[in-house]
Amino acid sequence: MNVVILGCGRTGATLALELSARSHKVTIIERNPEALRRLGKQYPCRIVLGNGLDEDVISKAGMDSADAFFAVTRGDNTNLMAAHIVRSKFPNAKICVKVADPHRAEAYRKMGLFCINPSGLLAGMCRDWLTGEDYKGIDSYNVLPKELEI
Amino acid sequence: MYMILIGGGNVGIQLAKRLKALGEEVLIIEKDAATAGKLANLLGEEFVMHGDGCEVYTQRDAGFNRADVIVAVTGEDEDNFVVCQLAKEVWKTDRIIARVNDPSHEETFRQIGIEETVSATGIIYNLIVQQISSDALVPLAALHRGNIEIVESVLSSRSSLVGRRVGDVKLPEGSLIAYVVRDGQGIQVSSDTVLQDDDMLVAIVRVNDAEALRQAICGKA
Repeated sequence: MNVVILGCGRTGATLALELSARSHKVTIIERNPEALRRLGKQYPCRIVLGNGLDEDVISKAGMDSADAFFAVTRGDNTNLMAAHIVRSKFPNAKICVKVADPHRAEAYRKMGLFCINPSGLLAGMCRDWLTGEDYKGIDSYNVLPKELEI
Repeated sequence: MYMILIGGGNVGIQLAKRLKALGEEVLIIEKDAATAGKLANLLGEEFVMHGDGCEVYTQRDAGFNRADVIVAVTGEDEDNFVVCQLAKEVWKTDRIIARVNDPSHEETFRQIGIEETVSATGIIYNLIVQQISSDALVPLAALHRGNIEIVESVLSSRSSLVGRRVGDVKLPEGSLIAYVVRDGQGIQVSSDTVLQDDDMLVAIVRVNDAEALRQAICGKA
C-alpha cells in the first residue's frame, strides 16, 4: 500500500520503519530535518520536508495515490487539522489521527474521525496486564474511560 | 453578551480591552502561565483564565456552554481550527469567529462551517496589491455565503470606460457598479452616470466573474 505519515517522531518513525520492512511504500512529511535521525542511517522511505498543513506539501507527498494517511505529530491540533484537509481532498484514503487529549479524541471520534488516544490504550493495557485479564481488540482500549467523562 | 477569547497575544489583549470597555462580559483564555499572569494584572483577574483553550475541560470551566460568541485568536491556525470545531460541534455555539494566519486555510475553516474568518495577511496583501497595481480589482469584502464579493477599482485614464455612461457599459451578468467615489464623495450610480478618469468604482460581483469584471473595467481604450 501507499502510505503517507505526517510527523517523524517516535510513533511516525517506528511506523515508517515497520511498514517499509513489509514492502509498503511510505512517505514521511516532517518539517524538522533533525527528526529524521529516528529513521536510521539509510532512510527506507521517501521524505518530504515541510509543513503538513500546507496543501502543496500534502500533494507533494503523493496523497493522490495514497491508500492511508497517518497524522502522528506531537501536536493534537496539527494532526486534527491535517486530517481534515486530507479527508476533504482525498475522501477515499483511510485516515488515522493520534490525539493525546482523551476528550478531544472522543469529540472527534463522534465527528467520524478514527482517533488513536495513546494514553487510553496504554492505561487499558497496563490495567489488563496487572489484573491478568486477556488483551482485547483496539476498540475496547481506544475509548474515553467512564472515569474521565465530563 | 458573554464572549470568550482564546489566545492572549496582541490581538487577544487589544480585543479584550476594548470589549471590556464596552461593558461586555469577557473572558480571555491563555495557555502560557506568565502571559496569563500579565494579562490578569492588566485586565483584572476575573477576566483571565490560565489554561489550554483547546481542551474540552478548560472549555467547560470557562463556560463555553453559555457563551454567545467564541473568538479564536491564537497565532496558530491549527489551534484556532480545533477551538472553533469543538465550539461548533460540542458546545453548539451560535457565533464563532476565527483569526486565520495563513489565508490558504480560510477554505478549510469554511468547510467546517466557520464563515467568519479574519486574515491579517490577506488584508495587508490586498492593500499592497492595491498600491502596486492600478489595473487591479481590489477585494474589499468577500461574502462567502453568497459566493459574491465587493470590490473596488480606480479608473485609469487608459480605461475604455472613461467618458461613457454606465448604462452603455457591458458588464458581466450579475455584476453591478454600485457607487463611484469622486473627489472624496460617494455617488450612487445610475445608468446615466458618466464615468471619469480617477473615479473609484465600488462594485459587487460573483467571485467567478471577478476576472471578467476586471477586464471590463481595466481594459484599455
